[in-house]
Amino acid sequence: MKGSFKLGLLVTIAAGSTIMMGVANSQDSLPAGVTSIKVATPYKGSPLDEIISGWHFRASETQSLQQDDFDNPGYLWVDKGESLWNTVDGEAGKSCASCHNEAAKSMKGVGAEMPKWDAKLKRPLTMEQRINSCRTNNMKAKAWKWEADQMLSMTAFVRNQSRGMPVNVQVDGPMKAWAEKGKEVYYTRVGQLDMSCANCHEANYGKHIRADHLSQGQSNGFPTYRLKWQKLGSLHRRFKGCMKNIRAVPYKRGSDEFVAMEIYLAHRGKGLQVETPAVRN
Amino acid sequence: MAGKPKPRVKAPKTASKGEVVNIKTLISHKMETGLRKNKKTGEKIPRNIINKFVAKFDGEEVFSVDIDPAISANPYFQFSMKAEKSGEFEFAWISDNGDTYSKKSKLTVK
Amino acid sequence: MKFYTRRESLVLGGAAVAALTLPGVAAFAKSEDAQATMAKFTGGKTASEGKIELKMPEIAENGNTVPLTISVDSPMTKDDYVKRVIVISEGNPRPEVATFNFTPRSGIAEASTRMRLAKTQNVVAVAEMSDGSFRMVKRQVKVTIGGCGG
Repeated sequence: MKGSFKLGLLVTIAAGSTIMMGVANSQDSLPAGVTSIKVATPYKGSPLDEIISGWHFRASETQSLQQDDFDNPGYLWVDKGESLWNTVDGEAGKSCASCHNEAAKSMKGVGAEMPKWDAKLKRPLTMEQRINSCRTNNMKAKAWKWEADQMLSMTAFVRNQSRGMPVNVQVDGPMKAWAEKGKEVYYTRVGQLDMSCANCHEANYGKHIRADHLSQGQSNGFPTYRLKWQKLGSLHRRFKGCMKNIRAVPYKRGSDEFVAMEIYLAHRGKGLQVETPAVRN
Repeated sequence: MAGKPKPRVKAPKTASKGEVVNIKTLISHKMETGLRKNKKTGEKIPRNIINKFVAKFDGEEVFSVDIDPAISANPYFQFSMKAEKSGEFEFAWISDNGDTYSKKSKLTVK
Repeated sequence: MKFYTRRESLVLGGAAVAALTLPGVAAFAKSEDAQATMAKFTGGKTASEGKIELKMPEIAENGNTVPLTISVDSPMTKDDYVKRVIVISEGNPRPEVATFNFTPRSGIAEASTRMRLAKTQNVVAVAEMSDGSFRMVKRQVKVTIGGCGG
């Protein structure tokens, strides 16, 4: 009580709070479509002793929304993505399926390795950027906005084809500089509260921030249905939210800073299984 | 969710006579309460919710819900029906703006 | 006029919060609205407790989507069934949440949905039986405030 009045800030981390208030954490229950929510032996050089999906930190009623694909409201977008996959759009008269045929085969594993290096553009592309590159170049269709319903539906649908597969993003070769830039963004203190991602998600995960249970801030479930948003949202939207909370001026969706962060964050979660569409609070 | 609301239904295709079957439904809808204000203009955002859900079997109402704005976005309903004969489910969602969304599903009773 | 030190006003603040959660003090107006909604539903009849269940989490992680299951003990025959169940909130801007209309064809009187809770409060479910009697159940759900701006 006393602590929560401290300076009137939202960021008081409950001292020594490891009580699992309303958090199930039952080891025997898992989200639908995955076989594990942890990587017990992280990759060499990982700053984490154990890599844990955000699912673990949620209350049982939130977890239950992701234990059954029908109960999961994120599937409203996956369904829509599937119909968009087969819908002709643009002057070239093509749909995604015209070139990529069955997503279940052609897109399997793709979402686990994004963002990926694009040799032509000489830069990494996120799933959103890759989709728009396809739309504008091959379909001669209009690009979708980052947070547009169609974009969320398509990214959710494509990434869902990799559900249960381990996240494995390239961070060497041409991707090295981007991963390093992402790491720099991750550890740089910003905003009026002078905090970095690491202050909450590395140093204090598992503890409470007011009544909220801090996760490791992993990205394996995105796009994610957030109860707060009452809809599906992109990873970059979540980044923006976090930055606003620490009273920083957020970068833009699709900015190089956020793309770099996405690469580094995916690497931090290397080996975690894709859960898209996850449900979080 | 922008665009036309899309219903999802999970209902069994077959059942034995007298069996109580479980039905789950979900529809994409913002469920705008009418109490929120537009942050930029300060004007109230008009209420637009799904105000009624009806489940019929062969034209006869089995279950329905009168809905208020306190029901969450993307409304979810789970309920049951005793299967007596083969027939067709018809589910309908009615919104404040008069639009009705519906979905059908056949049930064979053995 | 008395001036409070910052420490004292914090204590007072705490007391005010405590008062809000006491029944019959500040929360009374809302509970009154809820009672009016209930009276309208029952036509002023008294509802008995028992043989009706309202399943909700004790602590809701996010007030936007709180799962809820109501179930009423009834044979659900043509002669003896649950007609409808209303769900009422004591702490939302409006008391009405939803009314579930059952028929003997429902088989069992059980339904689930997800609701919004503006804050920690009581949720009430009242069932109207085919014989004209009423049953009710009430339970408190605590709504937590997220660390990152709610």
